[in-house]
Amino acid sequence: MIIKDVLCPFCGCLCDDLAVEVVDNKVVDVKHACKIGASKIRGHDRIKAPMMRDDKKGEFREVSYDEAINESAKILANSKRPLLYGWASGVCEMMKKGVLLTEEVGGIIDNTASVCHGPSALGVHEKGLPTGTLGQFANRADVVVFWGCNPVQAHPRHMGRYSVFTKGFFANKGRRSRKVVVFDVRKTDTANLADEYVQVNPGEDYMVLSALRAIVAEKGDVVPETVGGVPKEKLVEVAETMKGAQFGIVYFGMGLTQSRGKYKNIDNAVSLVTELNAHGKHSIIPMRGHYNVTGFGQVCAWETGFVNAVDMSRGYPYYNPGETCSNDLLMREEIDAAFIIAGDAGAHFPAQSIARMGKVPVINIDPFHSASTEMANIVIPTKVSGVELEGTAYRMDGVSLRMRKLVDVDFPSDEEVLDKIIAKVQEIKGASS
Amino acid sequence: MSEMLIKNATVYDPINGVNGDLMDIAVKDGKIVDSASGSAQVIDAGGRLVYPGGVDAHSHIAGSKVNIGRIMRPEDSRLGLKARTKLTRAYTGYTVPNVYAMGYRYAEMGYTTAFEAAIPILKARHTHEELEEIPIIDKGGLTLFGSNWMVMDAIRENDQDRLAAYVAWGLLASRGWGVKIVNPGGGEAWGFGKNVSGLDDPVPNFEVTPRQIIRNLAEVNEKMNLPHSIHLHCNNLGKPGNYETTLASFDICKDIKASRDRQSLHVTHVQFNSWGGNHWGDMESKSDAIADYLNKNDFLTIDMGQLVFGSATTMTADGPVQYANARLLKARWSNGDVELEDTSGVTPLEYHPQSYIHGIMWAIGLELALLTKDPWQVLMTTDHPNGGPYVNYPMVMTMLMSKKRREKEMAKIAEKTFERTSIAGIDRELDWYDIAIKTRAAHAKVLGIIEQGKGHLGVGADADIAIYDIKPDETDATVEFDKVEAAFRRSAYTIKGGEVVARDGEITATPMGRTFWVRTKVDNDGYGRMMDDLKLKFKNYYSVNMANYMVQDEYVERPVVVDTEYK
Amino acid sequence: MELKVTFISGRTVDQGCNLENKTSKAYFEAAGYCEMNSADAGRISVEPGNNVKVATDFGSVVVPLKICEGNPDGLIFIPMGPWANAVVDPNTSGCGMPGFKGIPAVVEPSSEEALTMKQLMARLK
Repeated sequence: MIIKDVLCPFCGCLCDDLAVEVVDNKVVDVKHACKIGASKIRGHDRIKAPMMRDDKKGEFREVSYDEAINESAKILANSKRPLLYGWASGVCEMMKKGVLLTEEVGGIIDNTASVCHGPSALGVHEKGLPTGTLGQFANRADVVVFWGCNPVQAHPRHMGRYSVFTKGFFANKGRRSRKVVVFDVRKTDTANLADEYVQVNPGEDYMVLSALRAIVAEKGDVVPETVGGVPKEKLVEVAETMKGAQFGIVYFGMGLTQSRGKYKNIDNAVSLVTELNAHGKHSIIPMRGHYNVTGFGQVCAWETGFVNAVDMSRGYPYYNPGETCSNDLLMREEIDAAFIIAGDAGAHFPAQSIARMGKVPVINIDPFHSASTEMANIVIPTKVSGVELEGTAYRMDGVSLRMRKLVDVDFPSDEEVLDKIIAKVQEIKGASS
Repeated sequence: MSEMLIKNATVYDPINGVNGDLMDIAVKDGKIVDSASGSAQVIDAGGRLVYPGGVDAHSHIAGSKVNIGRIMRPEDSRLGLKARTKLTRAYTGYTVPNVYAMGYRYAEMGYTTAFEAAIPILKARHTHEELEEIPIIDKGGLTLFGSNWMVMDAIRENDQDRLAAYVAWGLLASRGWGVKIVNPGGGEAWGFGKNVSGLDDPVPNFEVTPRQIIRNLAEVNEKMNLPHSIHLHCNNLGKPGNYETTLASFDICKDIKASRDRQSLHVTHVQFNSWGGNHWGDMESKSDAIADYLNKNDFLTIDMGQLVFGSATTMTADGPVQYANARLLKARWSNGDVELEDTSGVTPLEYHPQSYIHGIMWAIGLELALLTKDPWQVLMTTDHPNGGPYVNYPMVMTMLMSKKRREKEMAKIAEKTFERTSIAGIDRELDWYDIAIKTRAAHAKVLGIIEQGKGHLGVGADADIAIYDIKPDETDATVEFDKVEAAFRRSAYTIKGGEVVARDGEITATPMGRTFWVRTKVDNDGYGRMMDDLKLKFKNYYSVNMANYMVQDEYVERPVVVDTEYK
Repeated sequence: MELKVTFISGRTVDQGCNLENKTSKAYFEAAGYCEMNSADAGRISVEPGNNVKVATDFGSVVVPLKICEGNPDGLIFIPMGPWANAVVDPNTSGCGMPGFKGIPAVVEPSSEEALTMKQLMARLK
């Protein structure tokens, strides 16, 4: 059987045109996907059963789902400051349950955006976000800027499907309809495909953005001969290219959010794009990583009013990134339990933060053995969303789509596990109150 | 299900012509019935004011615009915080509440139904995800068609059957209730940072005019026999002098016969479109011209879009106006273009009584309601949260009922306002019956949901009932406006589908409401032509596949589907 | 022999392909290496495949070298993952985001073995 129009549960491109061949309830072929998407759908070795251990240095022993769930509930119900982290490689339905569980245990819920586009949210608090859907950019953009992002490696079909090579209604010659500019600290594979590569000194993007804003505002006289390692004449040339666009689009990534300046870089980039709208049409969009990391921000915002890093210990949501983000909490040694689901803190947090997880009980819900599994006391395997489970995901541009189920498995879904943990937590808390 | 008997109620039920009669209301299985048995739960209203549950025909309560408002404005989410209880989830936000506060606060005021005013089809799944989580109230939404390529192409090619087939398909795809048109054609022009300047300014690259878009969608709307008329946000919103465009937009539909007992045109938040003058310096109210038109023509209805001083989050599919606002005010600006369909913008702003621009806007909303003779023609809204959040409805209600209340507000407002408006000279004060029309009955009629049991208390209607702590015969609303406002802010009882969901302004139960949408059969060869065009657009221009586009049943768990047929 | 450099981390296709395969040799190979250009490699006399030790104020890690001529002089890259995490800056500057890019580092040839994911995690508990 060939299942068509399959959505890819890997990156924020959320490609929805895959064709997957399933024989005897096994995926045997994945068409149209990139190498990463195909690898994900074909699958990897699974954790076969729930596991527990008291000593993180010791070996796991297999346990029943009930035992692992009950023990998890006990840990969460009895902790004072639990962190519930991850919430990206899953469907929105489980994220809603995650917010509820966080409320029940008075914990803090934080998403992988914390170490990804969290600073972009802060930039949006400061300046907003003039953006649109990916098809809008495909149909119209004649100037395409990639800033601190490398889609060839991180979003392999992005340039083909949405941003560069695809033909659009107005951009009807595809690649030839567009001028492509890449800003980066090194000449990436994406830069190799660009018309212009602008090499910025590491950590000096903010200055380059400021220089471009000055030139766009016709105050180029204040710009020094070199900014952030970029000669002024190059900046003037690029600024003129952007200003001359009928429709300009800036795609940005971790090169802005993780380098010096962090959210201030995003603030400045949004400001540049907003100002460019005095000349032609311009948009900006973060290149989101996980296929549904955007969905968590949406769910969290409509449920709690805040996009991420929400502390429910007061009974109402409290949001103060820099205080309530995972790495702040871990580095302050404030956390007394960690619940890691649909994201791998162990693999993507600084070692010093992870060391804190070494000292507290850790529950890891994941289909696969991750770096977080290494830090865990309890491991509960679940279905792979988008392969073994239907549900909602939000593409990087906020378009939500319904993930398809391709094969049947016996594992419970994240949502089912969360439902059971919530019920048990309510039972424990109810008994003690 | 249980029965309920509300005794000694002073009932205002305009759809059934009940005007302050002291009577009992019986409820069984969630509906109004003739009489109740002895085992019914009895609520003694003690002569207090009883209205049908409030209905809001135009409010931005769910979807990507609302959520970008929340994401952009953490400072707003920090307002109105209320911790969770055993029954309720946490409340957040003032202008952009979270989904829970959204439903609870409507219910606390005696409102039981609200319609989302703008659903982009491509993002409809998101809208429904939020609607599904708003507790208590019944919902529906209006689908955006005014800058859609499928719509404009069919109109340019003079193919109304194809247009109807697309509107039907778009309503199905978005699970929508009606046809919303925002700044017709302007959304497409905004795709390249431009706008249309008026009704006869052709949309770039599409060679159709806003006039043609309005006219064709209005005609098709009636041929489809949709419960609601077209719902129009006029061109040139937010620009001094725009009242002329507004009047000319009215005229486009003047000779269109409504297919049902309702208007053939609803024009929304007309406050923002009733401006005279040529620039900000000489801006003035033209509500008199608008009201005059309404007084002479009964084919159309409007809603106020009343301004409330303080914080607002403006959000609209009118992308260019939001960019203009943000530039003017140096405010944060979010834009959300939707490929092939429409656009949107979100900008926070603050309405200051000492700004005469804002003063004039405040005055216009009230003038529209007070100068238009027929209360059924002007719905009370704030275009939540554009003019201000809906939690201020009780204040607006008292301003309509009391000249003294208006004068109290006027004392705060810049002097210059009153040279440019007529509000100071208006003596009209609405009564309890008028307010019932303007906050529930007319909304239900305009939306076309009377048949679904909304907006009235006749036998067979949904048992959506609000009891307010006011004795109408002992209360002079023209003087005791503070008392009236307090009562409207916190209903004594809000009953939804026969269940008490709020008591003295506190939530007592959180059932989930239903969602209304319309399914229209288009059984002619226009459907085939539409499908050919649609498939081509998906193949070449949409960034999602057609098979993944339409909202699935999973996203509308408690639907009420109304079927109609295109003739 | 050591070289003062600026360290960044980031995604790659192979790292992505093995995100759900972290105990494998493939993941080790996909995320456990350090890239610099050949001129920089020449400055510390290392060849592709030789191990180098990368040290920052926050820790150190030993990984094999790869050449990437796209890197300017003085810029090294380790794919995001446990090897990069050993040297990144946990300080969030009050905005929640640790420093994963632009960290001053010293790189030198090393005769130590590169550790596997499990070995790296074992150091943290």
